[in-house]
Amino acid sequence: MIFASVTNLLSAAEKSGLPLWECILRHSAEESGIDPAASRARMRKCLDAMREADASYDPQQRSRSTLVGGQAEKMRLQAEAGRSISGEFIGRILAGALRMGECNACMHRIVAAPTAGACGVLPAVLLPYAEKYGTSDEELVNALYIASGFGCVIAQRASISGAEAGCQAEIGSASAMAAAALVYLHGGTPEQMANAVAIALKNLMGLACDPVAGLVEVPCVKRNAIGAMNALTAAELALAGISSAIPADEVIDAMRQVGLSLPGALRETGKGGIAAAPTAMRFAASFFG
Amino acid sequence: MDIFEIIGPIMVGPSSSHTAGAVRIGLVARKLLARPPVRAELLLHGSFAATGRGHGTDRALVAGLLGFEPDDTRIPDSFVYAKEAGLDFRFDTVELRDAHPNSVLLRLWAEPDGKPMEVVGASIGGGRIEIREFNGIKLRFSAEAPTLIVKNRDNPGSVADVSYLISRRSINIATFQVNRSSRGGEAVMVIECDTPIRQELITAIRSMPDIVDAVGINP
Repeated sequence: MIFASVTNLLSAAEKSGLPLWECILRHSAEESGIDPAASRARMRKCLDAMREADASYDPQQRSRSTLVGGQAEKMRLQAEAGRSISGEFIGRILAGALRMGECNACMHRIVAAPTAGACGVLPAVLLPYAEKYGTSDEELVNALYIASGFGCVIAQRASISGAEAGCQAEIGSASAMAAAALVYLHGGTPEQMANAVAIALKNLMGLACDPVAGLVEVPCVKRNAIGAMNALTAAELALAGISSAIPADEVIDAMRQVGLSLPGALRETGKGGIAAAPTAMRFAASFFG
Repeated sequence: MDIFEIIGPIMVGPSSSHTAGAVRIGLVARKLLARPPVRAELLLHGSFAATGRGHGTDRALVAGLLGFEPDDTRIPDSFVYAKEAGLDFRFDTVELRDAHPNSVLLRLWAEPDGKPMEVVGASIGGGRIEIREFNGIKLRFSAEAPTLIVKNRDNPGSVADVSYLISRRSINIATFQVNRSSRGGEAVMVIECDTPIRQELITAIRSMPDIVDAVGINP
């Protein structure tokens, strides 16, 4: 089972002599009994759907709770005016993450990656990267295979569900997947991708799933922005040749343990963390009252 | 492990369990009814009742009843489309016993004054669902595979009759459950198959003795 561990994933690719993305594509297609070309077409559809979702953003729209909407536009204007502290590229990533999170909250069509609540992380780094470096769509599809391969390992060894293991399993997993994809796009090795995954997961370990009023809005939308920035950070470190002192598989196992020890109040019940703040409780009471 | 459960599904937000899963429950219920519903009562349980409104669970369920898929951009406006389609619906909350937190009891009518069909569906995470109850009989299936649901009077021979008809068509059975309300009462078979179920098989099953009804749903 190549998705049982990062070690298996990397050694399967090495043994097959195939690039890692192709190894993931072929193996997963075979397992689901579908043609590799059909799998590729489906992944391409996911990429297209990410772009369409990004383009569907409406700055005037608000979520049903009214807590979310319009923020991504503020970030975009700030970045485009050259007022962002860290420059236009970073500003675009932040705006992109917020945009997708807001689209999701406003019931637009999005691509869960790995979940709907974390759908902003991957497109937020991939789309601005492709624009900056002139990456082809074929390469972006390959990067999605890389992301999905590492995501499968995390789902199998730990969890990608906030209700099971907290936000570390949703935004954390999305961030790790995006980090691996960035390392791939920037010419890194599979070992560097594994390091990026380990670093990204370590940085968000323990993150609680504490949605205000139980809605995928606060703090979820803004956490997509930190998930994207964390992916960039982990990828930069890994590409510089910095390795994770703890191997990726052990980090994933640790994340699982942390998830298991999180109290129910911090696992998507809307009862702990930010959701239990007085303002959050007042909001929940008025919204559902 | 399917990689398209990691990148994907493509779905209308905000929540795979409370929105995409809810659409699928509605859609499977519509397929079980085998006709477009004209009237529906949707009774929300647990987290569906508590946070469903903010997640669009209500609009998602109605969208499913109209036959929309989870990636259909008409989902947010499903109430408007329901009016156009002549579907009269009503929401309420309910306390179901031993139910999954994301559950809904659907009562559907194919004719305004007929007898309703009752289905309990649970959204179990990541957009995946399970049908847990059908017309008062406990059962469990995901509707991810072609599934045959056969209602019969609990007399000897029905299971053999149905499996014979299936095997004659070279359809491989993946799983087979038999559930009944009481001995000699009404029973339900749930048969998951590896290949799509055609109407011709349903008609053949319906013509057998002791069979009350049969419906096939394909993903």
